[in-house]
Amino acid sequence: MLNINSITKGIVIDHIKPGYGIMIFEYLKLDKADFTVALIMNATSKKYGRKDIIKIENELDIDLAMLGFIDPNITVNIIENEKISEKINLSLPDRVESIIECKNPRCITSVERGITHKFVLIDEDKGIYKCEYCDQIYSWEG
Amino acid sequence: MLKGKHLIDPQDFSVEELDEIFDLAEEIIKKPEDFTNVCNGKLLGTLFFEPSTRTRLSFESAMLRLGGEVVGFSEPNSSSVSKGENLPDTIRTVAAYTDIIAMRHPKEGAPRYGSQYSDVPLINAGDGGHQHPTQTLTDLLTIRVAKGKMTDLTIGLCGDLKFGRTVHSLIKAISRYENIKFILISPNELKTPRYIKAEILDRKSLDYVEVEKLEDVMEQLDILYMTRVQKERFFNEADYIRLKDSYILDKAKLKTAKEDLTILHPLPRVNEISMEIDNDPRAWYFKQTRYGMFVRMALIAKLLGVR
Repeated sequence: MLNINSITKGIVIDHIKPGYGIMIFEYLKLDKADFTVALIMNATSKKYGRKDIIKIENELDIDLAMLGFIDPNITVNIIENEKISEKINLSLPDRVESIIECKNPRCITSVERGITHKFVLIDEDKGIYKCEYCDQIYSWEG
Repeated sequence: MLKGKHLIDPQDFSVEELDEIFDLAEEIIKKPEDFTNVCNGKLLGTLFFEPSTRTRLSFESAMLRLGGEVVGFSEPNSSSVSKGENLPDTIRTVAAYTDIIAMRHPKEGAPRYGSQYSDVPLINAGDGGHQHPTQTLTDLLTIRVAKGKMTDLTIGLCGDLKFGRTVHSLIKAISRYENIKFILISPNELKTPRYIKAEILDRKSLDYVEVEKLEDVMEQLDILYMTRVQKERFFNEADYIRLKDSYILDKAKLKTAKEDLTILHPLPRVNEISMEIDNDPRAWYFKQTRYGMFVRMALIAKLLGVR
């Protein structure tokens, strides 16, 4: 496996579904970072076969709800002195704002300026959300 | 306490709150003369971003019969919306002038969005193919009067179940009462949307079946709710012409129906109910439209807190 140095202080976002690492990388604006960042794609995973990993050598305020929405199986490890000081397991957030857009062409969000797209979790097991305005269903499976 | 609340979705009110409205509506039906002054000095704003003469007249009649007054517009071209004003600004302005608002909009979710900017109660008078809660109150009140109960009923919903917002609202609202069975009768192209099935029927494990033919299920029904297959909901005319006559209720189809069946329709009808059954005692759709005005009277009075 490709060797990436361990970090002394920072965050490791682990167990990202393969292919989704780049999406999180962009969402966190890590392409503009002036600190050390590594995006590892298709690493071997005992649990899932393959996974993406992001290592960030910095203290960042990360929107855990958003990460949970992308994939609740992601784990976030907080690193201090080269060791994991905290392991955060994610879950699907109850509400999602300004991350995804409603695809219903008849929804008020399709025409109104400045409106915030809002979704509410309606089925935690299946990861199904609905638009707060028009009830349109959203799920990762489509 | 209903005073000051918005009504956007039938689920916004508890079953107890709905019953409070129906109790008052039945009082009004019995003695309308006792209510002619309860809204003196109050103003209803009717914001109709798409035309709907029937619903607007029902709201206006309701307010006038309560002794209140009405202002508003019946199409967006005659308002500042045509100058490009956004929805929050329109709502804030009208809320500054009036005591209560009834709003119809072609876009789904517009009343929910608008209500976030309204200091006065806002009633959804229909939003696209989405919800039409005051029609639902009308339907529920009619069922309550016709059957004397809201439980243990088999309800057939027939016609356009995909775009028919009255049907979606009714399923949501009546599914909260005990032992309701749904029979969903529609062409394959116009079946009940996934979100209604996922969120209401499957999630609550309610008893429902989907069938294509009205004749096959007629004898089981306590309530038959007919809807119009609306031309404007179709993407092309050929589909409309092919399907529009598939679900017409006539004397022949009624032969196997129960003696105490209640036939409802949100109106306007085109030809989905034959005129030959208008005088059948099971036809409740004209009473239903009158109850619509009474239930709006009760709703306005409750939201304003005058009763």
